[in-house]
Amino acid sequence: MCSRCLASALLTVLLAGAGGCERERREYHSTPAGTDARPALTSFRPGGAPLDAAPSALGRHYQDNAFHIGQGGRLFRSYNCNGCHGAGGGAIGPALMDAQWRYGGSIEQIHASIVDGRPNGMPAWRGKLTDEQAWQLAAYVSALAGNVSKAAAPSRRDALSATPPLTQLPAQPTQPGDASAQQPPPQ
Amino acid sequence: MTARAARTLSLLLLALPLAGCAVQGVQSSLQAAADQSRAIDQVWTLMLWVCSAIYVAVIAALAWAIWRRRRAVQREGRTRDPLLARALAAWVVLVVGLLSWFVAASFLADRRLHAGHADLEIRVTAKQWWWQVEYLSPQPDQQFSTANELRLPRDQTARIELLSGDVIHSFWVPALSGKEDLIPGYSNAVLLTPRRAGRYRGQCAEFCGLQHAQMALDVEVLDAAGFAAWRARQLAPAPAPSDAHALRGAQLFLGSACASCHAVRGTSAASRLGPDLTHLASRRALAAGALPMRREALRAWLADPQHAKPGNQMPQVPLDPRDRELLLDYLMGLR
Repeated sequence: MCSRCLASALLTVLLAGAGGCERERREYHSTPAGTDARPALTSFRPGGAPLDAAPSALGRHYQDNAFHIGQGGRLFRSYNCNGCHGAGGGAIGPALMDAQWRYGGSIEQIHASIVDGRPNGMPAWRGKLTDEQAWQLAAYVSALAGNVSKAAAPSRRDALSATPPLTQLPAQPTQPGDASAQQPPPQ
Repeated sequence: MTARAARTLSLLLLALPLAGCAVQGVQSSLQAAADQSRAIDQVWTLMLWVCSAIYVAVIAALAWAIWRRRRAVQREGRTRDPLLARALAAWVVLVVGLLSWFVAASFLADRRLHAGHADLEIRVTAKQWWWQVEYLSPQPDQQFSTANELRLPRDQTARIELLSGDVIHSFWVPALSGKEDLIPGYSNAVLLTPRRAGRYRGQCAEFCGLQHAQMALDVEVLDAAGFAAWRARQLAPAPAPSDAHALRGAQLFLGSACASCHAVRGTSAASRLGPDLTHLASRRALAAGALPMRREALRAWLADPQHAKPGNQMPQVPLDPRDRELLLDYLMGLR
């Protein structure tokens, strides 16, 4: 009995280790797409059959991988997605970190929105990005909405903080005075 | 026989680290080619000779002590040697004096590294894993950007502003100066006053990720006329495609993912994510020294950038092999 407990515990540990491998795996070569380029956007469909909301194997592959999510974040900043989507909070374009999705929030639907573009502003990135980059971006946008595995999403930002920690800020005078005479805070 | 073999092997092992020093001083701090590296070299040479002399003196003193001890056994009864006490005091004075000399020499060399008026301003931004090099000027039309190559005029002082685009890197051209880190969100600078024309190699000297080893900077020191001519060529926009193949290649470049990251001045491609390709074919190496600048190498690079330099940020852009040849016609014409 106890040896079986031990064996199952060992197996669990091994499986947990294998999960970690998947999270950290770096693929340098783009995987061929071979996916449905036109995922359904609504649940309206002839016959009223329920929409299968589970992500495809390819979608899961990108969602469960820390490297792909990280690369997606890098591309999100590099290609100035912030210009319209404001770090996910939305400005000119819709917010990406809420529960509202005009064209669907599954990774396939996000991928289709990036590749094909959407009316009223979202440009089509087909041909401007490689398919792998579009998937990486879709994985990052999924992560913005908290829809990826907690094990895969990073807990730390890549970017620098704009200000020092609050505990490190020097005390500033509170009296009104000549603004031009004040010294800027030290770096 | 085995003893001889072991001796030969140990000699070979000893010679191995020295072999790297002999490659014509391309990446050698022992063949200083600039004021800054000479200042460092002088401190190094001073320390080498003084420490060698001290080492010889210590070994000699040790040998003398062993020899003297054997004699001292015969002269029992004397516990204290006045000569030894005086020699020890002299030794302390000597060591303190030499260390002060070292500190002074090091301090003065450091002053020399940061002294001088900059004739030329260059901004080097290190990225994973390549160098973006921008020649600055008060006149906007005299500025240009290139990648992985640094050309300097001889006998002029260039101030190199050092920035990082992602993680900490380190700028090191051993023949010209010491190391200086490039830190995200912080601006560092080095001054370079090269005195000898020639080709040198720079290398990232702070581990910065997978391809840290393949992050080389091609440095060339030219005379004033040669530098002016190079600068004038670099300032020009990219040459127009010369034939129908290259023209089609240019259309492919501008219509595909290439233009999303790379800039070619004189065309609509203006992205600054990847290296500026305006005069790509005039450079000596591809991908920060990973490949030579040849058509075959560029073909292999375009076909699979992750093969030559795994982990680099250039994605594999799907291209038909015939289209790739047209793109190569265009890129090889960017002189």
